[in-house]
Amino acid sequence: MSVDKKTVAKIAKLARIRVDEEQQEALSGELNQILGWIEQLSELDTEGVEPMTSVVSMTQPLREDVVNDGHYVDQVTKNAPESAHGFFAVPKVIE
Amino acid sequence: MSYRVKGNTGEWEVVIGLEVHAQVISKSKLFSGASTKFGADPNDQVSLVDAAMPGMLPVLNKQVVEQGIRTGLGLRAQINLKSVFERKNYFYADLPQGYQISQFLEPIVGKGNLTLDLEGGETRVVGIERMHLEQDAGKSIHDQHPTQSYIDLNRTGVALMEVVSDPDLRSPEEAGAYLRKMRSILRYLGTCDGNMDEGSMRADVNVSVRKPGDELGTRTETKNVNSIRYVMQAVEFEAKRQVKVLEDGGEIVQETRQFDPSNGSTRSLRSKEEAHDYRYFPDPDLLPLVLDPKWVEEIKASIPELPDEKKERFIKDFGLSSYDAGILVIDRDRADFYEEVTKGGDPKVAANWVTGDFFGALNKSGLTLAETPVSAKQLGGLIALIKDNTISGRTAKEVFEAMWETSKDADTIVEEKGLKQISDTGPIEAAIDEIMAANPSQVEAFRGGNEKLIGWFVGQTMKATGGKANPGMVNQLLKKKLAG
Repeated sequence: MSVDKKTVAKIAKLARIRVDEEQQEALSGELNQILGWIEQLSELDTEGVEPMTSVVSMTQPLREDVVNDGHYVDQVTKNAPESAHGFFAVPKVIE
Repeated sequence: MSYRVKGNTGEWEVVIGLEVHAQVISKSKLFSGASTKFGADPNDQVSLVDAAMPGMLPVLNKQVVEQGIRTGLGLRAQINLKSVFERKNYFYADLPQGYQISQFLEPIVGKGNLTLDLEGGETRVVGIERMHLEQDAGKSIHDQHPTQSYIDLNRTGVALMEVVSDPDLRSPEEAGAYLRKMRSILRYLGTCDGNMDEGSMRADVNVSVRKPGDELGTRTETKNVNSIRYVMQAVEFEAKRQVKVLEDGGEIVQETRQFDPSNGSTRSLRSKEEAHDYRYFPDPDLLPLVLDPKWVEEIKASIPELPDEKKERFIKDFGLSSYDAGILVIDRDRADFYEEVTKGGDPKVAANWVTGDFFGALNKSGLTLAETPVSAKQLGGLIALIKDNTISGRTAKEVFEAMWETSKDADTIVEEKGLKQISDTGPIEAAIDEIMAANPSQVEAFRGGNEKLIGWFVGQTMKATGGKANPGMVNQLLKKKLAG
């Protein structure tokens, strides 16, 4: 697998990160190195081994269905660049 | 009869699959302790987890998992003892995390099925592909400010179940029947309130068309349709639109469309190309969900009798038609009401009364079943009076109207109004004798062979007795006396 400049531009766009044209070349090199390094793993025979999603050997803890949070609009909207009447106010988004 | 769309090149078959998003009934959200109550002030029911503040961690709600399992069992589906929450990545203003926590490769519920109740009491089984749990998004309000959208995160993180059907539906009617049945099952289970107008149940509608027998065509997906009628309209519109495009030599593009309720049409939502690159991956904040089989068994044991089983039982035990049984089991309260009424003694008559006069009266007065002025026990009492010949079916209607007005018991009203049926031969015979004496020419005509006149005599006798004579007895006595 190899990452070209076009792929870098696409990933950047999906992640909403601005990556200038001149950075794309360098980044594609870096990403390829990382991928190449990780690809060494495919040399291992993983037949019959379950994919591991966590290093902790435990299952998902569950919480009881109790309402014990919320009711602090001020804190929730405190860091918002703009808010109004308790809402976040953002540039108009209409599809 | 199969539903077909007529085109210039012949008939087309419509293939429909539905994705139903149903809000899970729970007090708190899927991963946070904020309330799920409808109608709070903006952002009042938002925890720092829902607002995706840095460092906040999701903790899974046990009740929601239980509701998911219960729904899976109600859909006769496989429960996956291991399932995995994944991140579905996309950016939208009402999704503060930048991803929705959902399930993808390993959902909690696998294959199941659902029985459609179709016109005329027919049924058909439709496949369920899967069901998974996921977070709902927030709400954007676009009409309060000229250049800004207002975002309310109260709904953010509320648990949803997404039930995906197989592409087994073939007409707008079947799509409607599927949603009605789904809603009925969810309500029986108590896992979703099914209120489509409050948005707690909505559907994505996948439609494609093909010539009967051909391979599946390319489908479009109409998003977030929030009433059964709209879903049916969307199917019909999309099918006709696709047939026209194909017959004009065009191609169907696999795309997302939006339904416009004002004219029943759909239109393309031309989102940016990358918009659907969700880059799912297992959420590192959440471990795989592993269920104890014993817990699943316990939940299974707590599942109530569901509409299909109830319908079977009503047909078998009460001798009802598939159609009547189907109407009575649509919701649990109705079915319970009906069963209480059957204690009046005659289940078939009870079914006619409940589905006929009773539902009619409810409808007419715009009341819900819970608000009925006539209780099930009272209606059963009325039916008992018909059964033991205290009143005729005809009089019963009059008594019912009075019950509806006053909420009094049937026998009280019969007593008060003196409506008790005359089943003594004496007064009926007297009335008949009087009528025959006063109408010799009619008697003559009858005896001369005009047997239809019996109806006229019955009418006269009923009139003379104030409608209270037992009609069977009137008939019998008239025949005897007229025969001479």
